[in-house]
Amino acid sequence: MSTAAPATPTWQRVTQHRLFWPVVALVALFVANTIANPGFLSLRLQDGHLFGALINLLRGGSPLLLIALGMTLVIATRGIDLSVGAVVAISGAVALSFIASSSDPSSVTTVLVAIGIALALSLVLGVWNGFLVSVVGIQPIIATLVLMTAGRGVAMLITGGQITTVNSAPFKTLGSGFWLGLPVAVFVAGGVFALVAFLTRRTALGMLIESVGINPEASRLAGVKSRSIIWTVYAVCGLFAGLGGLIISSNVMAADANNAGLFIELDAILAVVIGGTSLSGGKFSLAGTLVGVLIIQTLTVTVTMLGISPSVTPLFKAIVVIAVCLAQSPKIRDAVAARRRRAARTSQAAEVAA
Amino acid sequence: MSTVKTPTPTSPREPGNKPRTAGGMSAGMPVRFASRIRVDRRYLPVIGTLVVLALMLIIGGSRYENFLSGRVISNLFINNSFLIVLAVGMTFVILTGGIDLSVGSVVALSGISAASLLQSGWPAAVVIPLVVLIGTVIGLVVGIMVHVFEIQPFIATLAAMFLARGLCYVISLQSIPINDDTFVSIASWKQQFGEEWRITTSVVIALVVVAIAFYMLHYTQFGRTVYAIGGGEQSAMLMGLPVARTKVLVYVVSGTCAGIGGLLFAMFSRSGYSLTGVGMELDAIAAVVIGGTILTGGTGFVLGSVLGVLVLGLIQTIITFEGTLSSWWTKIVIGGLLLVFVILQRVLVVRRR
Amino acid sequence: MSTPVPEGRPVVEMSGISIEFPGVKALDGVDLTLRPGEIHALMGENGAGKSTMIKALTGVYSIDSGTIVVDGSPHTFSGPGAAQQAGVSTVYQEVNLCENLSVAENIMLGHEPRRGGAINWRATRRRAGEMLARLNLDIDPASSLASHSLAIQQLVAICRALVIDCKVLILDEPTSSLDADEVAQLFEVMRRLKDDGVAILFVSHFLEQVYAISDRMTVLRNGRLVGEYRTDELPRLELVSKMIGASLDELSELEQTTERIAHDRSGEEPFIQAVGLGRKGSIQPFDLDIYPGEVVGLAGLLGSGRTEMARLLAGADRADSGQTTVSGRLARLRTPRAAMQRNIAFSSEHRKAEGVVGDLTIRENIVLGLQADRGWARRMPRRQVDEIVEKYMTALSIRPNNPDALLRNLSGGNQQKVLLARWLATAPELLILDEPTRGIDVGAKAEIQKLVAQLASQGMSVLFISAELDEVLRLSHRIAVMRDRVKVAEITNSDDVTVENVVELIASGGTDS
Repeated sequence: MSTAAPATPTWQRVTQHRLFWPVVALVALFVANTIANPGFLSLRLQDGHLFGALINLLRGGSPLLLIALGMTLVIATRGIDLSVGAVVAISGAVALSFIASSSDPSSVTTVLVAIGIALALSLVLGVWNGFLVSVVGIQPIIATLVLMTAGRGVAMLITGGQITTVNSAPFKTLGSGFWLGLPVAVFVAGGVFALVAFLTRRTALGMLIESVGINPEASRLAGVKSRSIIWTVYAVCGLFAGLGGLIISSNVMAADANNAGLFIELDAILAVVIGGTSLSGGKFSLAGTLVGVLIIQTLTVTVTMLGISPSVTPLFKAIVVIAVCLAQSPKIRDAVAARRRRAARTSQAAEVAA
Repeated sequence: MSTVKTPTPTSPREPGNKPRTAGGMSAGMPVRFASRIRVDRRYLPVIGTLVVLALMLIIGGSRYENFLSGRVISNLFINNSFLIVLAVGMTFVILTGGIDLSVGSVVALSGISAASLLQSGWPAAVVIPLVVLIGTVIGLVVGIMVHVFEIQPFIATLAAMFLARGLCYVISLQSIPINDDTFVSIASWKQQFGEEWRITTSVVIALVVVAIAFYMLHYTQFGRTVYAIGGGEQSAMLMGLPVARTKVLVYVVSGTCAGIGGLLFAMFSRSGYSLTGVGMELDAIAAVVIGGTILTGGTGFVLGSVLGVLVLGLIQTIITFEGTLSSWWTKIVIGGLLLVFVILQRVLVVRRR
Repeated sequence: MSTPVPEGRPVVEMSGISIEFPGVKALDGVDLTLRPGEIHALMGENGAGKSTMIKALTGVYSIDSGTIVVDGSPHTFSGPGAAQQAGVSTVYQEVNLCENLSVAENIMLGHEPRRGGAINWRATRRRAGEMLARLNLDIDPASSLASHSLAIQQLVAICRALVIDCKVLILDEPTSSLDADEVAQLFEVMRRLKDDGVAILFVSHFLEQVYAISDRMTVLRNGRLVGEYRTDELPRLELVSKMIGASLDELSELEQTTERIAHDRSGEEPFIQAVGLGRKGSIQPFDLDIYPGEVVGLAGLLGSGRTEMARLLAGADRADSGQTTVSGRLARLRTPRAAMQRNIAFSSEHRKAEGVVGDLTIRENIVLGLQADRGWARRMPRRQVDEIVEKYMTALSIRPNNPDALLRNLSGGNQQKVLLARWLATAPELLILDEPTRGIDVGAKAEIQKLVAQLASQGMSVLFISAELDEVLRLSHRIAVMRDRVKVAEITNSDDVTVENVVELIASGGTDS
């Protein structure tokens, strides 16, 4: 508007920040938890390890964060990856089957090779998705639906339809180990988060990804290698899903082809959307994704803590999603803006009339 | 040329070597004749589905005894009646270029509501319409979220999926058996034709739904608007068609179909369970895509989706007949088939441009 | 005009219409009156507000102030559907039909004959056939719309508008993709409708056509009303000056400063030389040379192959025949990137779809091309970015003067300038500009024209495409004429070359030149 607007008050700038409502939701959840359980925020040191609900929250959320990070990049290019859950299952199945069939399940070398094979396969699966989307030109949702459907079948093929369990101390470290007082999984997820943040914000990668997501054709004409960028984000998303799958399987020391990472693609997409990255691509926020992951993870914890059956969690997820999406919906924002404008216009009219 | 919305609507259209003046079209009889025989490209994907279906029947029939029997075919319909209904609803949504992820959960919600209400003594005559209405209402809520609040269909239906699943758990965590006499007698009604052929209530309901959907899509303004929106929402709006109402209604249709699907599943399993229908939305989407409907909208047929469901069902049947194959091959084969069909559609789109 | 200009009670009266978009006043108190049985031309340059006015009448945009009276009673249509109910039909510039449906359906959609509530397909096709016959179109109503050319689709759109008993027919640039015969066919239909008492609102860029068909005209400039005139009382020159307005001086000043007389090029090496370059279904093989410091204009109708030629030279589409030499070396321009590496920059005609990255800032949009060229790993140093952005924002006077503003919030003219800055920052030797002045205000237009002349005088080669022939003539040293996807003629510009000459060349297909 060309009419001279007074400088936006600070509080308004805060409330208009796109992470405002997600952060409010997270804080509200924390408050609810602390009321229900005063010890929620407390931490205690035991055997040089930090313990407490918050630590469990972080550790439990690590795989989701990894997957949501890959998903953020994919969604920023106007894509979506439905196959991450299947990749989680495949990655866990491959690693545990390899360890289980090796002569020395407890050797570090075995575990490293297993992790290497699982990650390489996940990367290949991501490359496959990227190939379908960027080269063949199939819509992301359907291209990744192929692997989503077939992937669990493949995982069962690998495990022979059984739930594979192993006993391997080095592998257990990934999911349940501690380092410097914190869970190893948190370091892994945190390290990947920092790496992605560095790669997207300290290089031009972030801007080019956003540019491809906002306007693919304009980007191509501007000389952006959109095909290789899109291909890369799917590959990275597959890789991160594989890493998440390793942590999940290490947590329970079992590979369950049917249930490992079931619906984690939906949780990851939710986390991304709650964090303010639009499904129609473009601008993305890694910090937002982190907040989204924490909200979803806290929600799960809260439901348990409040003594409600954990099965009802989806209901609360639905409520949070609907609330956050409505708050971010352009319609509601426009309605608020229009009311403000109409108020301004009426006051102007009043002045003219006077 | 293309009967599909191309991904880049702004790209200059290519008249190519087509005659620029109308006169060129009025060529003599041979051309007319030739154009009669030539198959409309819109039917190509469906014909592909038909070919796959026929091949599967031939292969199955030649490999296994009793495969091409009335019993197997009847069972194909009986076991997949709920999926047919879901795929029909999904077809409406996908034709407009949307997607509905909530149907699997709505099936569970509708089923468990029916079981729970019947258990507490409500009469079946009230319960049956009521649980269908549950689907309708959820569809309406989704439609409003999509259209009024401009939330992407993916997210809106995802929220509805979580909502419905959560409500299931609120109703009951355990499976609830259905013992209501009226309901059971409706569910167990069947008509035998000869030795092997038979139909059940759920098959009748599914076929009626298919017939109504076919009528709606091809003989009402609502149906034609669905296609027009898939061809270009902006164009449909400028043509003065009721875009807003139609966009909300397709989700209502899909929700209602999911409600009916839940009812059929409850009849099939004689129980309601909150874990029913996990991943069923993916089967429905896969059936629609395999049935030749293009995910960007505008092209596809409800009968194609029925064929798609039958293909999925036959895969299952063949794997059962094979005996030595493990169940997970079903998923792998469906994934592979999906890939083939998607690439086929892609090739068609590219060739048209 | 020999026919009497119809008078009588107006069927549409729009008065004091204002519409404001964020940051732009698209219409400011505009009046428009349509009488039954008249053909009324709505005139104005790109961005004058013609399309906005039409969309205000048909309810696509809601008006901020003013009144619309249709058939004696005030109306505000909730949308095109409501407008159609009241007898106001529109055919838009870009064909707004559904390519996935048949011709018959596109004509009848929403008005299909019913039998017992169900659509009666046989009657629908018959009715559509009748409508097509009314326009002398001999095509199969059951055929797919997508199988027909853009011209036929345009006529189908008109059929659709006539299905309802329409009192007012709005034709928004219906002729831009039609050839002379098709235009004559359209005019015949328009005259017939006029005799039936239909009021026709006609928008066209072609002055000949406007003078041939219209009774009255309303002229808009910059969203404001200039006036309503009888066509036979307003000489052509006066109309042009009313459309261009105060900037006439500015443009004539430009005319004097541009050195557009081609000098002898023998012995020089062209920057780019295309030989037999073509692409099936897109453009027939053509030859073209562009020398350093030269502006080559492309003239032709919409769909004549101007854009397709530009896209081949820019690597936006792949050629399937011929070859290109850049600076004397064979160059395969298979991607936009390959062209950029040969210092060729291409600004597309579809600013929104193929240029603007709306959610990025002005700064990011300006450096996008440079950064893409460097690759993602080597981010441009902040200081260098700021220098470049500062330089071009000042040189092109981009408003708002805030590099952090999102590009989508800028006006069309400023967006165009940002895109120019993006390409100039890559220091191109050949700048391909496809309709760089479409839909932007007159001031920005003059600035861009000046810039083109200036760049050429500094040695840059420019390929300049515009639907406005006077603009092409004003800037170009040489002009290539396109028709039906063939390059039909190439002329050297001089003071003797007039718009009429070029129009003749386009019409005759260059055969008698």
